[in-house]
Amino acid sequence: MVENVKELLKAHEGLRREVYLDNENSTPVPDEIVEAMRPYYNRRAYGNPTLTHKPGWEAFEVLMESAQKIASSIGCKTLEEINFTPGETEANNLALLGAALAAKDKGKKIVISDVEPINVLNVAEMLQKTGFTLTKVPVDHEGFLSLEQLKEAVDGETTLVSLSAVNHEIGTVQPIREAVKIVKDRNPDTVFHSDASDAYGRIPFDVQRTGVDLATLSSYKILGPRGAGALYVKERVNVEKMLEGQMGTQRLWPGVENTPLIVGFVKASELMFRNFEENTRLMRKLRDKLMTGIMNETANVLLNGPRSEGRAPDNVNISFLRCEGEALTIELSLNGVYVSSGSACSRRLLQPSHVLVATGRKFDQAHGSILMKVTRLHTEEDMNYALEVIPKAVQRIRGITGSTGVE
Amino acid sequence: MSRAPLPYNPKILELFKNPKNLGKMEDATVVAVAGNPMCGDMITFYLKINDQNVIEKASFESYGCAANIATSSIITEMIREMKLEEAWKVSYKSVAEAVGGLPSVKFHCGILAVGALKRAIRKFYGEKKATPDWLEKEPSFEEKQALEEEELAKVLSKKLKPEEGR
Repeated sequence: MVENVKELLKAHEGLRREVYLDNENSTPVPDEIVEAMRPYYNRRAYGNPTLTHKPGWEAFEVLMESAQKIASSIGCKTLEEINFTPGETEANNLALLGAALAAKDKGKKIVISDVEPINVLNVAEMLQKTGFTLTKVPVDHEGFLSLEQLKEAVDGETTLVSLSAVNHEIGTVQPIREAVKIVKDRNPDTVFHSDASDAYGRIPFDVQRTGVDLATLSSYKILGPRGAGALYVKERVNVEKMLEGQMGTQRLWPGVENTPLIVGFVKASELMFRNFEENTRLMRKLRDKLMTGIMNETANVLLNGPRSEGRAPDNVNISFLRCEGEALTIELSLNGVYVSSGSACSRRLLQPSHVLVATGRKFDQAHGSILMKVTRLHTEEDMNYALEVIPKAVQRIRGITGSTGVE
Repeated sequence: MSRAPLPYNPKILELFKNPKNLGKMEDATVVAVAGNPMCGDMITFYLKINDQNVIEKASFESYGCAANIATSSIITEMIREMKLEEAWKVSYKSVAEAVGGLPSVKFHCGILAVGALKRAIRKFYGEKKATPDWLEKEPSFEEKQALEEEELAKVLSKKLKPEEGR
């Protein structure tokens, strides 16, 4: 199998340019961030922060400063409200399982939406199997939550609501503040969790202003290293820890703190927020160039998610009709443009992206979807190259489709 | 809803890049389809069959992934000049082997492609109202699987949005 990969990689030799747009699924870490992390592997603060020696105290110092910086970036009251985890998958698991179990004697009703990421969706369904009642709030054709149905879904026994602030696939910016108000009006004791991985660094996200009780942040989604994330837990909100082990500085996550990755996460956050307006303006400009370029240059395409109002500044998601998504990702890769697809063919099961299906996309429309995310490090030239490659690739794959499926 | 790594082999990559016998055949004797756009997996085979029941030429069109394209393409090469009786014996295993092996999550692509071929052969005899001895009355494994995949996609697409009746 590894031999195959070598051949696949060889097929990419001689590319004129490479444009990585699959920032939903992993990201390259800029040198500036890697350099910031490097000393923490073996120069300083490599100790265990709970131990009584210099490298330990150094680690303690940097972890506390890191927590303070992340806390400030989302408006926390104290740095104790930030719990570092090994990523957003872990933070979402911790939020759902930890909050549901902490409140299980008060009620067993959980509410999420139809478009949550699978590390929320699958965890909620796991809880459902163990006796919790799960309600999924539907969304409209652009992915916006139905606030009316949210209101109906919450009652006195609802202990947990989890709704992401920005949709990870189609970039819908949800009315989280309004959602929190609706939930708290119905039941002030309900814990409100929001996966803010796709909101953080893209739109203003403040825990005081939105009123959320728990929020997930992710390092790699802001160009930081993979393997770091955080769960914001508001003071006095109960969350049970999910893993047992040696507890250290992190109240909800055992094991030795990964100081270098956390430092990288903080550096990524600083770089994102230092020029927040400028960064998001650039992303929005590149996004619009890519989005309108594809929509104007290619026939039979559908934009998934909101047009521009209410769309995250980095997200482009387009369905190419009569063009199978996995085949298109490979064709684009062979031409140096790296994207992912919501096609079932790139997954284990037959269902295409549940997010697209929830917005009313038919299966055949979802199979041809391509997800792209721009970052503050992309350039106009990158977009020009992608816009040169994409229509040609679509044309070639559609040539293979031919008249198949035309009645 | 998990993903599997897909390290496609060089043969599949080559057939993906340069598929053989691609395109609609205007003078086809028989045309058959397996899968549907809802599956995200659909193949059309065009066969030109002569009076001796030999496949003179075969072509395909595919709405599907690289494995789907490669297996369809290789079948059109495998069955050329074959008598229909021989072509009927082509199995998804022989197709998978011919493309140098398929990732396990992609076996269904090979099965679907063979299903389309067998449907074409069955349809040819159905139109002639003839049934040779070797043509099994019961649907073959691949035909059954193709039908199952089509049914499953229909059921899933309805189940996910029952309120809209799709």
